[in-house]
Amino acid sequence: MAQEKKSLGQELTKGFLKENPVLRLVLGTCPTLATSTSVVNGVGMGIAATIVLICSNVAISALRKVIPAKARIPAYIVIIASFVTMVQLLVKAFVPALDKSLGVFLPLIVVNCIILGRAEAFAGKNPVLASAADGLGMGIGFTAALFCMGTVREILGAGTFLSGIDSMIGGSFTGFDFTEGLAKVGLAPMTLFILPAGGFFVFGMLMAAANRLAERKGKEKATLSCAGCPHAATCADLNKNCEPAEKEAQAK
Amino acid sequence: MKFFIALLVMGILTQNFVLAKFLGICPFLGVSKKLNTAVGMSAAVIFVMLLATAATYPLNMLLEKYGLGYLQTIVFILVIAALVQMVEIVLKKYVKSLYQALGIYLPLITTNCAVLGVVILNIDNIGIYSAQGFGFWHAMVNSFAAGAGFMLAMVLFAGVRSRLESADVPKALEGLPITLVSASIVSMSFLGFSGLVEGLHLLG
Repeated sequence: MAQEKKSLGQELTKGFLKENPVLRLVLGTCPTLATSTSVVNGVGMGIAATIVLICSNVAISALRKVIPAKARIPAYIVIIASFVTMVQLLVKAFVPALDKSLGVFLPLIVVNCIILGRAEAFAGKNPVLASAADGLGMGIGFTAALFCMGTVREILGAGTFLSGIDSMIGGSFTGFDFTEGLAKVGLAPMTLFILPAGGFFVFGMLMAAANRLAERKGKEKATLSCAGCPHAATCADLNKNCEPAEKEAQAK
Repeated sequence: MKFFIALLVMGILTQNFVLAKFLGICPFLGVSKKLNTAVGMSAAVIFVMLLATAATYPLNMLLEKYGLGYLQTIVFILVIAALVQMVEIVLKKYVKSLYQALGIYLPLITTNCAVLGVVILNIDNIGIYSAQGFGFWHAMVNSFAAGAGFMLAMVLFAGVRSRLESADVPKALEGLPITLVSASIVSMSFLGFSGLVEGLHLLG
């Protein structure tokens, strides 16, 4: 991946936009869609995943010369799963409201492709500091994408912004509520946007916007190329395998 | 019996794993281009989901017994990874035909969040299941329903995508964006099933 040496700052900032894990690399789609029903939810997920990502990147990078190449994926999974368990316990203890709203997606950080993908594509080949910067940058990029999705979906779908923030960080600020103002002019929030269908739709539109931006800078569109996915080889095989089969079918 | 049917209806239609719960989106977007790969992949997912549930459900009782419930995530992912590897080896050696059909999909499934998701959701639902009497079999039926729902979504979406390939799409939406928008419409159509379980009086 990294042919030319990049500075630490570049490793950090590339995850924000240029290689944004969600919008450019198309990784971690499941948690992006599922937890972006509100801003607080999405950002909570983003922060939890970022912590796991930094820790696992550092640990994997520190152990990269010890882990045998053939057994690397199981080794990575064990390391990631340990950090996820730690984060899970911490969230349960200190932010129980977040634990409740993320539900099954908190333990599912284990199989979040961003984390395993970065381990495989970056941390397994680069020194500790660079890996930590990469993890932080990718985590911020992931959180930012979740923030965008959450903002659109919450405002359109529920008519609120930052609702539930008091249960996450304490304090008396309970977020903005536009529903009353909307009701005065005879409008109601479009619930569809917080339903799954709205998630797919907003994600699609956001992806289109990101593609447009990338195109303007002369870059390629985002595709589900499994860029950082550890199973990219299998996927490629799969797509190769199905073509001859189809040709045979056509010949018949 | 009613509860089993309710589980099936929920897993396949109202609480569809892909379209309502957002589990297994990667294979849903990545492997749904062609009908035969979509079917193969989802058959492999059903197979692994059932095996993983059969293995982890009793294992969870053991963990709970010794107060190690917090190790759930790490134990489950390891069990699933080991299981998938073992299944691959066994199939390759003894059941050649099945291996040829499902073999290439198996490595993809280890880190599929749908499999870990169904296993964890089953453990979360233990209270509900044991109130109904059977525990283990409810978990198995629930896993099958989740897998079948995954298959339904994959097959339906493979059809949509094949039509999409010849469609004239606005330039800005070409590629992944239009795929996501069509997924949104498929998901919206599944909203029509909501209330089905309650309406049929299958629960309670």
